[in-house]
Amino acid sequence: MVMMQHVEGQDKGKLVLFALSTCGWCKKTRALIEDLAASYDYVYVDLTKGKEREEIVEMVKKWNPQVSFPTLVIKDEKCIVGFKEDEIREAIG
Amino acid sequence: MSDFEEPTPNEVDSYYQKVKKDAESSGYHLNADVEFTKELLKSILINIKRYGYEACPCRLASGDKKDDLDLICPCDYRDPDLVDYGACYCGLYISGEILRGEKKLQSIPERRPSPDEREKMKNEIGFKISTELSKPVWRCKVCGYLCARDKPPEICPICKVSGDRFEKFI
Ligand code: SF4
Repeated sequence: MVMMQHVEGQDKGKLVLFALSTCGWCKKTRALIEDLAASYDYVYVDLTKGKEREEIVEMVKKWNPQVSFPTLVIKDEKCIVGFKEDEIREAIG
Repeated sequence: MSDFEEPTPNEVDSYYQKVKKDAESSGYHLNADVEFTKELLKSILINIKRYGYEACPCRLASGDKKDDLDLICPCDYRDPDLVDYGACYCGLYISGEILRGEKKLQSIPERRPSPDEREKMKNEIGFKISTELSKPVWRCKVCGYLCARDKPPEICPICKVSGDRFEKFI
């Protein structure tokens, strides 16, 4: 079972953020999504262990084989890897 | 958020002073955005508590040191990323160009091989016998410092002259 944290906001389509609790670009990505007032789910992969970690890594791998962070999955359709401010703004808007 | 006590502002501050001094004395620059930089260093301190080594804050450490050696800060990817993008992956170290504001700092692509590629590389290591050098060797014409890497460093870590004073030696 993968436990996601939910952040309330406006519904701008399903947003799932895979992040690390220690990563500067992940922090900037969260701040940007919150700036755009979108509701989203996130998980800090570094804080997970064992089976749950494996499951999440497999989920990330499907979108981003390099398993790097932040990986933001938008509407189960596309993903943005890294803090790409303009791309994220455009996709969430 | 974490199972460990957060490092105190004092711990972060003295670590910042130490890393900054080390960086500058060997010709590297820390990101001038002190708040961002201290957050990263605080994260490295958290990783020392979690794993026992300075795992890169922006990469998923396995917790097994021998699998994470390449991402212990400063990681194996810092210098090539400084050459190609003017910053390390986390944005902790930046080039002179970015420091002087001639280029904008942004998040850069991940150079570390994917988990699958790393798994493959593990099996290859030890079997690679080659008579050719894997990297060119550069020589600082001022102090004679030699280094084997794709391009010379921005600043000689020994005598601090600029990278354009290097010649290709081998
Ligand atoms: S990317 Fe930067 S902060 Fe991360 S380990 Fe490498 S040098 Fe350190």
